[in-house]
Amino acid sequence: MPMIEIKNVGKWYGDFNVLAECTTKVEKGEVIVVCGPSGSGKSTLIKCVNGLEPFQKGEILVNGTSVGAPGTNLSKLRSHVGMVFQHFELFPHMSITENLAIGQIKVLGRSKDEAIDKGMKLLERVGLKAHAQKFPGQLSGGQQQRVAIARALAMNPICMLFDEPTSALDPEMINEVLDVMVELAKEGMTMMCVTHEMGFARKVANRVIFMDQGRIVEDANKEEFSAPHARSGRNNSWPRSSITEQHRSAKVQRPDYSGLCTL
Amino acid sequence: MLNLDFAFLTPGVVSSYIAKGFFFSLQLTVVAMLGGIMLGTILALMRLSSKSWLVIPAAAYVNTMRSIPLVMVILWFFLLIPLLTGRPLGAEMSAIITFTLFEAAYFSEIMRAGIQSIPKGQVAAGYALGMTYGQTMREIVLPQAFRNMLPVLLTQTIILFQDTSLVYAIGAYDLLKGFEIAGKNFNRPVETYLVAAAVYFIICFSLSMLVKVLQQRIAIIR
Repeated sequence: MPMIEIKNVGKWYGDFNVLAECTTKVEKGEVIVVCGPSGSGKSTLIKCVNGLEPFQKGEILVNGTSVGAPGTNLSKLRSHVGMVFQHFELFPHMSITENLAIGQIKVLGRSKDEAIDKGMKLLERVGLKAHAQKFPGQLSGGQQQRVAIARALAMNPICMLFDEPTSALDPEMINEVLDVMVELAKEGMTMMCVTHEMGFARKVANRVIFMDQGRIVEDANKEEFSAPHARSGRNNSWPRSSITEQHRSAKVQRPDYSGLCTL
Repeated sequence: MLNLDFAFLTPGVVSSYIAKGFFFSLQLTVVAMLGGIMLGTILALMRLSSKSWLVIPAAAYVNTMRSIPLVMVILWFFLLIPLLTGRPLGAEMSAIITFTLFEAAYFSEIMRAGIQSIPKGQVAAGYALGMTYGQTMREIVLPQAFRNMLPVLLTQTIILFQDTSLVYAIGAYDLLKGFEIAGKNFNRPVETYLVAAAVYFIICFSLSMLVKVLQQRIAIIR
């Protein structure tokens, strides 16, 4: 059974088709990267996976549980699925320790001591133990995002969703967050990451999904998408030719997005 | 000239005429504030929900209350409740209930603005951790909304304290009433009203100073 199975998902805002016939799956222990130009529906798709966004068509199964089904206990499902947001979304009125403990205490029913203990271990792991008593506003963006990852991990998730975790960061802070993510991937965490970081994709991703206009236009494994890099000798760039060819064959009229995915 | 004489305001006079009124005004303010904020928060959550059977009654309640002068509400409630229940409620009790219900409408608008000031991502983060709607509101949204809105909530409370003088309409014994009666008994109405004004000023002004201090102390570090 795949960890995440997305079957023919469709979503509309009124007449606007945000997601169309999206089908893919993430096996246990797999890392997949979702990329594409802005407005292509990648964030929407990942938010559908833990039910933060409703969808009208198709089905999403997370560890066998249907997300969209009326009887599903979404809170319970989400407590097993870690999520990291573009803008961190740490709770500004709580200290870092409290941020890490709140979900454990309120959702998992752990004792305060247990939760703080677990939180401190994770803080140490992301290299922020010294900041435990601070408030989110006192940390840099990169540090906040590492805390956000630790907060998600504190729930012992079975898989992790990353929604553009480095897009709101200053360039010099991106790597500290990516390092944590790479480490996590190497430990065997199942991850679905919306990101433009092709270096990250090349390092740890099993597959890369390319989305455009609400559709999954390419779902390639690591070898396929990384091969052209070697040929062109270029780093951190999306293999443009293969994508554009795919689009031509799909006869999709679309703007030139090639610059968007070149880092 | 006015020929003012404050000599009659001895501690004995203050404690027998004014203290009782002051404590009632204070009680009315505190109960109406706490009750109003609680009820107002529920009304605000109802208005912000996606279900029309919650939105419509809450909106109707808030808009009605905000469109009627407080004196009329005080008077109506005082006169109508005995007709409905068959026995009088008493001016003090009636005032406390009326003020709570009335202020809830104003506090609900303040809390609604406060809740809307919290980014949607915060709610998503709460949900993503597996929290329920209630937990997300209680632990994440409302504490932040409350902090953001604290100055406005306290300013509304200061207005509420001033408005407690409106219970004269149903003859409840509040701070102003205490001064009024003392003034009549000693035939010194000008002096008592002057002192009353000074007392209201001192209380309200020090409360607004307190707002500033509190605001700095519980502000969210950003």
